[in-house]
Amino acid sequence: MNDKELLKVENISKSFGGVQAVVNVSFILKKGGILGIIGPNGSGKTTIANLITGFVRPNRGKVIFKGRVITGAPPHKIANLGLARTFQVMRPYHSLSAYKNLIVPLNSPRVRQTRGGKLGDNDAVAIDILEEIGFERDARVPYKIAGSLPLGYLKRLELGRCFALNPEVIICDEIFSGLSMSEITSMIPLLEKIQMDGVTLIMIEHRLRELFRLTDTVIAMNFGQKIAEGSPEEVIEKEEVKEAYLGSSRSK
Amino acid sequence: MSTDRRKKRLDRKLKAQSDGLYALSSWTAMGYLMFPRALLIFGLLLLPLFLDMYWQRVLCSAGVYALLALSFDFLAEYVGLVCLGGALFIGVGGYISGTLNMYLGWPPLFCIATATVTGAIISTLILLPSLRLRGIYFAIISFMFPMFAVYIIIALNVLGGTEGVSGLETLQNIWVEQYLILGIVLVSLFAIRRLVNEDTGLILRAIKDNDQAVKASGISITAYKIKALLIASLIGCFAGAYMSHLYGWLGISLFSMDFSILPIAAAVMGGMGSLTGPALGAFILTPLSETLRGFGQLRVVLYSLILIAFIIYKPEGIMNYIGRKYHQFEHWEKF
Amino acid sequence: MDIIIYGIVNSIVFALIATGFNLVYGVSRIPNFAHGSIYILAGFMTWSFIHDLKMHYVFSVLLSLCISALIGLIIYRFILIRLRGIATSEIIASFSVGMVILEGLRMQGIGGFKGFIGPFYELQPFIEGKVQLLGVLLDYQRLIIIIGGSVLLSLLWIFTGHTKTGLSLRAIAQDEQAAMMLGINSDRVAMISMSIGSALAGLAAVMILPLGNITPEMGYKVLIYALAVCVVGGLGSWLGVIFAAFIIGFAMKISTVLFGALWESVVLVGTIILVLLVKPSGLLGKQKEFEERV
Repeated sequence: MNDKELLKVENISKSFGGVQAVVNVSFILKKGGILGIIGPNGSGKTTIANLITGFVRPNRGKVIFKGRVITGAPPHKIANLGLARTFQVMRPYHSLSAYKNLIVPLNSPRVRQTRGGKLGDNDAVAIDILEEIGFERDARVPYKIAGSLPLGYLKRLELGRCFALNPEVIICDEIFSGLSMSEITSMIPLLEKIQMDGVTLIMIEHRLRELFRLTDTVIAMNFGQKIAEGSPEEVIEKEEVKEAYLGSSRSK
Repeated sequence: MSTDRRKKRLDRKLKAQSDGLYALSSWTAMGYLMFPRALLIFGLLLLPLFLDMYWQRVLCSAGVYALLALSFDFLAEYVGLVCLGGALFIGVGGYISGTLNMYLGWPPLFCIATATVTGAIISTLILLPSLRLRGIYFAIISFMFPMFAVYIIIALNVLGGTEGVSGLETLQNIWVEQYLILGIVLVSLFAIRRLVNEDTGLILRAIKDNDQAVKASGISITAYKIKALLIASLIGCFAGAYMSHLYGWLGISLFSMDFSILPIAAAVMGGMGSLTGPALGAFILTPLSETLRGFGQLRVVLYSLILIAFIIYKPEGIMNYIGRKYHQFEHWEKF
Repeated sequence: MDIIIYGIVNSIVFALIATGFNLVYGVSRIPNFAHGSIYILAGFMTWSFIHDLKMHYVFSVLLSLCISALIGLIIYRFILIRLRGIATSEIIASFSVGMVILEGLRMQGIGGFKGFIGPFYELQPFIEGKVQLLGVLLDYQRLIIIIGGSVLLSLLWIFTGHTKTGLSLRAIAQDEQAAMMLGINSDRVAMISMSIGSALAGLAAVMILPLGNITPEMGYKVLIYALAVCVVGGLGSWLGVIFAAFIIGFAMKISTVLFGALWESVVLVGTIILVLLVKPSGLLGKQKEFEERV
């Protein structure tokens, strides 16, 4: 276990009833950079996210974050260690305005320890964070009720929620889904910026072309198993990966 | 309904003019905001002067129910916990306060203060095991416990058993009694209103909206639910402690279902979520229930029916309805 | 030996009481807080049919069961249907209906209605007399409860676990949206489950009430017991309810024998708290996995 290994997943397995969602998956996440996880629907990608972040308990295996074993720990404790995640199904706190959505993570023990600050500072910090991620302050966007925002903003809000936690790792669960080409293109600089700020990203994605622009390492999954790992070019060439996406190997 | 028109709702000009800081821009704007509040507050505070002795007592009871309705609304609409057992707070607070007074001889105000705090802790501990579960479990358990408390007290014949204990010291002065409860109602109302907009309150509302996201943001939702329960039970136990000294009597009726149901009816009728609505509802339903006392069981049937009617036909409640009419105007629009 | 036999009786009583509530919740996710009141109402109806209308015993029972089922259906169709999905309102509304029923039974003087007050109402047991079972003197009614109750619970178990209709009900309970997409009308299913649940309440009533007398106050107690069993066993879990009923039934019986009847309630509360602390979602309850929650 060297210093650059941020997250280590060892032989993780999970079955729900009779369904094997994840089978014996292992990988290592190094500090810096963006790791992509790809695979067809139902391959267990989101379950991996849930297993790592404590929302689901694995049947077997271990998850080690920064040298600490976090398998089976409750989600809020894992988040407090610096491991944040977005949710595939977007549900902001819709009765609250956008910047107030960020008050929640700003009140976590992690942020209170690192940022300190007096009562009342949180509002200003929240608005600043939102501005950084693209909520135009002049148009009063941060003050709009979260439930009324369009999808693009909601995705950014979700990222903002993670970002406000001051994390070391953010797991993005299909953050591009539902967005148009131009919206994705405008989000990519944001993701790169977050990465520059020192956050390591894991991106679970369906949109391969956009993902490959960002990542240097990719893991492919199918039926709960890891079927390939490497650079995007290597992985996409593998037979197993092609079969997973296309159904059967076709020789061109 | 005809399909070529629709109802359009717009904020009134005055509402937009008095939003946020702009409220201070003109007397009209300030008046617009202050008028309903002043009306209710001064109306409430002046009420004791116009009532005779009997109705003043009823006002005190109404205050107790108002506190319960307020805590029910807070827990249900701002935290997502539906507490069907307000009687638990009344009973616990009342019994502790009465016992302290009867067996230790402490003065009433002191008993009330102590009972409020200790009662809150005990009530929270009782409800604690259900906090990790789906909301329905909390609802069921909060519903069951007051009744169990009654069975236990009867069975073990402690603390007065079925007959209860009478002869507790009351607060002597009817004016003190009234203004104490009215004051606490207003203070609690203001306090909760502020709380739900402060950070802690925002987190509680977030928990109600989407607790998974809150967990993923590093917050322990059980810890916050406990905080919310403590706050609600402080209010409820105060009401209970006050109640036992109002009539100078302590008995199993402190756990009666009346204390669980009437506040809920008051909250639904008054307007869930508005915080003031439930209190208002209590001040309406309690005297109503009092006038029907002669009809025996019909009383309960009647306010159950009112409750059902409101839930089905006007779930937004009185306060929200009035608020909507006050803040917005509507007209039919052709399209 | 006494304890075992009477413990079994007690447990089956609890199971019968809780089953109706559990079925409605398990299938349609409706917390029917009018359950206890339907139980008592069925008891009073049967009594009325026998004593006031001079109908035959069996016929009265059957009629009461049908009316109970009908009432369950009406409660759903006219009140709960508008509140579908909002658990708070469902609880409040169904409990209010329950209150209207129970307190209404106590009212006097409305249109000549005398009201049912006082412990004067008793249902006759099916068969009078006692019998010796394994060395224990047992009255017939209790024997009927043991046999009839076990048969009923087994039938329900077979029905929900092994017949097509039963399994489809469970499927609907697990994923209502998928069921709707398959063309299953969830309102109809809810009405059916409410009817069956209410009929079960009535059936439990006619089997159990002959052991004592009928008072409207018991309605609340019955509701609480049903809730207690369901909470301990896990809401919606068939086997859990039976386990819970046995645990609670035996615990209470044993405590009665050892400490006297007074401590029953204490033991009941203690059991509930203990189970909740150790296994929060009930013995066999399933706290929904995160995946299913989303």
